[in-house]
Amino acid sequence: MAMIEERPIGFGRLKRKEDPRFIRGQGTYVDDVTLPGMLHGAVLRSPLAHARIVSIDASAALAHPKVRGVITGKDLEAQKLAWMPTMSYDTQAVLATDKVRFQGQEVAFVIADDRYAARDALELIDVEYEPLPAVVNARKALDADAPVIRDDKDGQTDNHIFDWEAGDKAETDAVFARADVVVSRDIIYPRCHPAPLETCGAVADYDRVSGHLTLWTTSQAPHAHRTVYALVAGLPEHKIRVISPDIGGGFGNKVPIYPGYVCAIVASIVTGKPVKWMEDRSENLTSTGFARDYVMHGGIAATRDGKILAVRTDVIADHGAFNATAQPTKYPAGFFSIFTGSYDLEAAYCAVHGVYTNKAPGGVAYRCSFRVTEAAYLIERMVDALALELGTDPAELRLKNFIRPEQFPYENKTGWTYDSGDYETAMRKAMEIAGYDELRREQAEKRAKGELMGIGLSFFTETVGAGPRKHMDILGLGMADGADLRVHPTGKAVLGISVQTQGQGHETTFAQIVAEELGIPPEDIEVVHGDTDRTPFGLGTYGSRSTPVSGAAAAVVARKVRDQARLIAAGMLEASPDDLEWEKGRFSVKGDPEQGKTIQEIAMAAHGAADLPEGIEGALEAQTVYNPPNLTFPFGAYICVVDIDPGTAQVKVRRFIAVDDCGVRINPMIVEGQIHGGLAEGVGIALMELIAFDEQGNCLGGSFMDYLIPTALEVPEWELGETVTPSPHHPIGAKGVGESPNVGSPPAIVNAVIDALYEPYGVSHIDMPMTPARVWAAMQGRPEPPQ
Amino acid sequence: MIPPEFDYVAPESLDDALRALDEGGEDAKLLAGGHSLLPLMKLRLAAPSLLVDLRRVPGLRGIQRENGTWRIGAMTRHADLQTRDELGLLAEAAGLIADQQVRNRGTIGGSLAHGDPASDLPGVLLAAEGSVTVRGPGGVREIAAGDLFQDYLTTSIGPDEVLTEVRIPAFDGWAHGYEKFSRRAEDWAMVGVSALVRAAADGTCEDVRIGLTNMASTPLRATAAEEALRGQPLDAEHIARAAGLAGEGTDPPGDLNATPEYKRHLARVLSRRALQRAAGAAS
Repeated sequence: MAMIEERPIGFGRLKRKEDPRFIRGQGTYVDDVTLPGMLHGAVLRSPLAHARIVSIDASAALAHPKVRGVITGKDLEAQKLAWMPTMSYDTQAVLATDKVRFQGQEVAFVIADDRYAARDALELIDVEYEPLPAVVNARKALDADAPVIRDDKDGQTDNHIFDWEAGDKAETDAVFARADVVVSRDIIYPRCHPAPLETCGAVADYDRVSGHLTLWTTSQAPHAHRTVYALVAGLPEHKIRVISPDIGGGFGNKVPIYPGYVCAIVASIVTGKPVKWMEDRSENLTSTGFARDYVMHGGIAATRDGKILAVRTDVIADHGAFNATAQPTKYPAGFFSIFTGSYDLEAAYCAVHGVYTNKAPGGVAYRCSFRVTEAAYLIERMVDALALELGTDPAELRLKNFIRPEQFPYENKTGWTYDSGDYETAMRKAMEIAGYDELRREQAEKRAKGELMGIGLSFFTETVGAGPRKHMDILGLGMADGADLRVHPTGKAVLGISVQTQGQGHETTFAQIVAEELGIPPEDIEVVHGDTDRTPFGLGTYGSRSTPVSGAAAAVVARKVRDQARLIAAGMLEASPDDLEWEKGRFSVKGDPEQGKTIQEIAMAAHGAADLPEGIEGALEAQTVYNPPNLTFPFGAYICVVDIDPGTAQVKVRRFIAVDDCGVRINPMIVEGQIHGGLAEGVGIALMELIAFDEQGNCLGGSFMDYLIPTALEVPEWELGETVTPSPHHPIGAKGVGESPNVGSPPAIVNAVIDALYEPYGVSHIDMPMTPARVWAAMQGRPEPPQ
Repeated sequence: MIPPEFDYVAPESLDDALRALDEGGEDAKLLAGGHSLLPLMKLRLAAPSLLVDLRRVPGLRGIQRENGTWRIGAMTRHADLQTRDELGLLAEAAGLIADQQVRNRGTIGGSLAHGDPASDLPGVLLAAEGSVTVRGPGGVREIAAGDLFQDYLTTSIGPDEVLTEVRIPAFDGWAHGYEKFSRRAEDWAMVGVSALVRAAADGTCEDVRIGLTNMASTPLRATAAEEALRGQPLDAEHIARAAGLAGEGTDPPGDLNATPEYKRHLARVLSRRALQRAAGAAS
């Protein structure tokens, strides 16, 4: 990996513009916001997973000398604010009124002079609960005798949320019926958690005189949040300003609106003071948007000689106590139907059944690309299961079944149009970096000595960059994104974007996009984001959509400015606009390159005293909204090498090779950083991360002592490679990469562990996380699913 | 992660510390590094009303050798132990406690008095048949390792007593091995094994001690395994046979990370490895 900085005017390796403030500890996170007279809030949470609230007595808390108030569900009910809409057209309790429905649910909100008093006062609130049986296991949620969790909803008589399907069931079943080989597996993608290092929080500042609400908040989608607050709280949207300052990691955890944010707003309205609420680590892990929790039954059908014909799956999706996932409205299971993966199939069918359980709400998060994580995991485990059944090398099986380059754009069997791809080249590149044949020889030698080494592959195709607005919306808001660009007289520029960085480096990457189009150096371009008063409307950063959607908007708006610049330059050079040639940063007269004007000279002229050509009003600026014509389809080939200690059963990831194709790379250094982080998360998910519950619904993963995330000592030195297959419909050919490594790495790691254990121990599947205890149990012939 | 309200004093002498402890009553706790107690307080699993910090008390820090025994001040930090190779098993185990930041603050006395069976040092003290010196209103007394650890987070040190010194035999002529198994490099031990081996001139095992970490609510000695190896050749076969007995009589609690059965398996595997390393160093 080249570490040399290129200082490009445009695409290339460029140090991040945001890093100097982070490295010096000068970032401004929500918890750094301090306002005069600010009060502090804390949330009282339910200790029980399912219980009726008999009474709440806050008198002792109110007697605390530093407590200014206590808000309960009853108080909110009077204002019709006890329930709020979720991004899946369900409702969620802001503060519980009738029942608590998961351990950690919000019950009351204390407002105090400082956060210590607020926290202490929680223990002074006396809540009497009448415990109810809890639904913990999603597989039992639809049993006839299961307690009904959402009895608040009219007509809801069970725990069913939705049934959703894609593909052709009859056709798929017919292919399965005539196939030589059919392999089935029960595969769980267990509940894990994005666990951003910065937890969620907000500072709400309501001005009683002007009626303005300013909300500093940990949001990946400030514009969408503003609209939802306007709808929920009845505040006029033009008087709401949502500011998402520096954000310490999001990973989808900061897409939903949490009750704590709403409570902070209500508390500020009630007290007339700014109110800060920051959750602690346990609150983040136990109550905010978790990820996955898919119980999948997968099938794969093939010919005896290894041509994959069809895949099908039936899924139970655990959405917790409220259906609060954020995904395009028509896709309640997200983009899970991309589970056909990278293979040319005759048929495919999936059915997903969403259910309520007495667990925290969520499911769509953790760099999942709207459930592509689950889809890629299923197909890549199923292909390996087929390879075991056929006795075929898993690399050969994949190479035999890939969609071929000439088949793009490729219509898959569940309705997606893959934009571009060259899968075999990426796969062979990964195998070359890995030294695949040599690894297989090494494995055979080690196996003869009783050592356990495994080589695992995965090849994923994602669908990201949602999305075309006629198909994709969240709460009716089309998934387009805006950009506006102003070039100042001296040639410095300000780009406003609707997406929001949580660490992805937007301030650098988006400046480079404009630099590439206009030839203005990136350091001369300020990227403004995360403030609804200063940026155009758009749906925000998640689902790897910043570059595919907002990045396209940035390129388009820069081209609009360049078109204006051409007209102005033509006037300055007394030439026809058509007679001008553009080289990065300068228009010149065709055939007379000495006669030219730089973008900076043009900018000054645009603001100058001289006459401007027809069609130019003055200034050099433009705005746009980008409505993507299709999604983009990044892909990658990953190879993992593990060693397993035969004594302790501990899995060590020795090598990890990742060849990613995300189309054109704007800043390869940032892309590689994204991949490093996502691969580390994949190691965590595969080996250690689990939000477990006991039978009563108590969360067992509520701290970093129990919810383990990997450190630098648990991950290898990443070996990266790339191929570049541009997206044909994206203005700069980019596809998005933020989620690829998290999508692609868990199946490679699990496949490697099975590859190590199948021959000596007959182990054909282990569910994640593959903890030493569970790997050992599998080696004893007793594989156990996660709790 | 905010602890309940508490008072804090940092007395300048042991007498003042004892007085503060006495006056603070049963909800007063000593602070000796704080890397176990403070997280418990932040999780609100512990709520002492008063913390008596020992960091300013003179004479509680240092390592000296006297008559074949190491005398280690209670406030000696793990980081001070890990670099003293002559401390043998103790130095090796101390170097594997958590991470360097914790080792820079955590102390041997604090760790032993906390009595966490998943901590590294209690099992070492037990295997080494060391002792601790405590001082209280009734004077000074010494508690042998075998009597110190009573139950989970419970020791026989009185609530009005201060652990002042740790005594560990020097084990001249012995070899050691420490094996710790954890989910991640810096976590508590899922199971740990301390092994001390003294080889006779003919290569047989003259004496052996095996301490088990996190196999019960207190550290344990693997006595069946010790007896099986004593007097036997220190070869792979005999070591494996002895280590196979390391889980005998144990009934470890299961948790999210490990079933009791798996823990007993780990005790056998790690005992074999610790004994092999010790035997390799002894021969």
